[in-house]
Amino acid sequence: MLSRVADSLYWMSRYLERAEHTGRLVDVHLNLMLDQSAASAEQRWSRVLAALGHPVAPLSQIEPYALAQTLTFDMANHSSVAACISSARENARQVREQISSEMWEELNRLFHEVKRADMENLWETEPLEFLRVVKEGVHLFHGVTDSTMSHGEGWQFIQFGRYIERASSVAALIDVHFGFFPAVASEAFDQVEWIGLLRSCTAFESYCKVYTPELKADRIAEFLLLNAEFPHSVRFAVDRVRASLEAIQEFTNSRKADHVSRLAGRLRALLGYGQIHEIMVGGLHSYLTDIQRQCAEINRCAHELYVSYPVEAALEA
Amino acid sequence: MQNTLSASAVSDFSLFRNYELGRAFDEMFDAAGHPRPHYLPLFEMLLDTSSEELQSKQKTADQSFLHQGITFTVYGRDEGTERIFPYDLLPRIVTAKAWAHIERGLVQRITALNLFLRDIYHEGRILADGVVPREMIYSCRQFRRQMRGLQVPRGIYVTVTGTDLIRLPDGEFAVLEDNLRVPSGVSYMLTNRRVMKRTFPALFQKCGVCPVEPYAEALLATLRALAPNPRNEPVIALLTPGVFISAYFEHTFLARQVGIELVEGRDLVVHDNFVYMRTTAGLRRVDVIYRRIDDDFIDPLAFRSDSILGVPGLFHAYRAGNVAIANAVGTGVADDKALYAWVPKIIRYYLNEDPILNNVETLLMTDAAQRSHVLDRLDQYVVKAVGESGGYGMLIGPHSTAAQREDFRRRILDNPRNYIAQPTIQLSTAPCFIKGGVEARHVDLRPYVLYGDRVTIVPGGLTRVALTRGSLVVNSSQGGGSKDTWVLQQ
Repeated sequence: MLSRVADSLYWMSRYLERAEHTGRLVDVHLNLMLDQSAASAEQRWSRVLAALGHPVAPLSQIEPYALAQTLTFDMANHSSVAACISSARENARQVREQISSEMWEELNRLFHEVKRADMENLWETEPLEFLRVVKEGVHLFHGVTDSTMSHGEGWQFIQFGRYIERASSVAALIDVHFGFFPAVASEAFDQVEWIGLLRSCTAFESYCKVYTPELKADRIAEFLLLNAEFPHSVRFAVDRVRASLEAIQEFTNSRKADHVSRLAGRLRALLGYGQIHEIMVGGLHSYLTDIQRQCAEINRCAHELYVSYPVEAALEA
Repeated sequence: MQNTLSASAVSDFSLFRNYELGRAFDEMFDAAGHPRPHYLPLFEMLLDTSSEELQSKQKTADQSFLHQGITFTVYGRDEGTERIFPYDLLPRIVTAKAWAHIERGLVQRITALNLFLRDIYHEGRILADGVVPREMIYSCRQFRRQMRGLQVPRGIYVTVTGTDLIRLPDGEFAVLEDNLRVPSGVSYMLTNRRVMKRTFPALFQKCGVCPVEPYAEALLATLRALAPNPRNEPVIALLTPGVFISAYFEHTFLARQVGIELVEGRDLVVHDNFVYMRTTAGLRRVDVIYRRIDDDFIDPLAFRSDSILGVPGLFHAYRAGNVAIANAVGTGVADDKALYAWVPKIIRYYLNEDPILNNVETLLMTDAAQRSHVLDRLDQYVVKAVGESGGYGMLIGPHSTAAQREDFRRRILDNPRNYIAQPTIQLSTAPCFIKGGVEARHVDLRPYVLYGDRVTIVPGGLTRVALTRGSLVVNSSQGGGSKDTWVLQQ
């Protein structure tokens, strides 16, 4: 497979994952604002910014609704929901002959829906409806992808992009949340906020099935980090990253994939065999920072191995 | 001058109400308004079919193009809108006898033009012998000095040609243009046929039509034959400028049909004069490049340095003989519209034969007498810029305004070498399904000629249609459409 094609498939999928994650985060936090006094609204959106990796503005400059709109519509903001969908489509367009027509149609439809002129009005009246359209569109796209595209090398790059984005964005979200709210049970333990965290990862219902609705910070951390079955946990995402990288290695018969596969395997083991108590004692923040660093490194090495390798390196083989 | 079919047997047949027989040769009817024998099955089918049925077939065909994604991108504000290339429902039919003549003529012409290119980039015998004036070659913008003395694989310069043929009022086929650079449209030949088979299966079977499907395989065999060091499986890539150009559909289509990789300039790297493509499994050597990029943009080190579409160093690899490029660089000098006037002489010079397919009369603006003759009668001539294609840079005298003629007069006087003039030719007409009826429209014919280890011409081609009544311009960029072309087996 051409490196450019693999790269476009990867970014198409990564941007869609980012659009979905951003959309859900905005959705959940708009909802949470209904329960809150105006005093904490600025802090809330400053946390959202941090969780999405945006530079955090001073509290006095945060205007919640304007910010929510920037995160959703602003094309000048490259990681807004609308900009991510547009970038995903642009990447898909470059490799149109490599993806199924159904995938293209679905993505194209989502793009046009988001770009519709009256969408901004819809945002004014029913922001949640807009975000629903986005989330549903991304889910549909992945469903169509799984059932219409060969699960070959290209499909594996799509999985890789999707889950590496998920692993690092969920890790960032947990990190920001635990950094702000005290994790021990006390009067300050704010149920609503912890439910908000779970909802931001579509995890509330699944959490309840495992742990009952009794919310405890370390259980939530365990669920979102280490659960093997829940699709938005970091562990689950890293499992998928590792599986897709292994499949790609097999497809490309690459003799130099050793390094990348070590990195992915190490991170997988870290999450697979980690104990939540030890993690909490050792410091959740440094643990999560390390996970994000490892994700970035896996990403960088895979990109260098399959896409941007120097010509000299390839000739030695 | 114009007579409708009113005098003929079909006068009361409403589908043909607006069918006009003019000065042009009509493919379907003879001068008396009787259908020609090879069109009889189509004619009889039309007599049995209602306008509504045809309309529904047209709709089905259009849908089929849209669903197969056979579209071209429309530029401008409506980002992402895609249109289909207008498709006419009724086939254009060519007899086996006429085709045999065309085929012989094209083989002769391409063989001679290829010899000509090899000659002018090497010894230049034809120039030394004074058959073609040196200044014609050296003043041509498409002449590539860099190609002097370069050995191209098998000595083949023009691997893929799409010659534009027209039919003169006496029924004779003549060559209007040799497209020797990067001729396009072959994907429409193939997809038109696919759709046609679904719309008129019975008629298609009854007529005994030569298949066009072998084109993909023939193209592959032709490209393979050019591989510099015959390996077991030469790697062949189609080089496209990218997704932003309107012909992108054709590029993806051909790459898929032929089973070759579709690459952009940025996918290729040149190292030690070998060309590689970047794949996830590392660099893969490329042996043959079927390029759909103009000479100018192919290698920023050898040609236009501002090109970002090409591959730096590609020309050196080519010169070193490590990669074949089809078509060869510099073929444009032989399809210069002024040089065209010398093609009959070129054929005689190299092959010692008379041309089987004739040219149309061409007046050179570099010749003072011919120039003043044309300038006095601009309203009767078609004036063309020599290096343009796609119907750009053209004046159609009879349909022009005084201001346009004045503009061209000035341009011709400024740069006579850049223009030629041809009498306005009535291209033949063929039946087309238009607004619920069958009407005559002007058509041309572009067969595709492949030249690898031998010359191959798949029987068929792209028949382009000037969809506006009376218009003589068939180019897709100027509102033309196309129709399926049936070459009969006997």
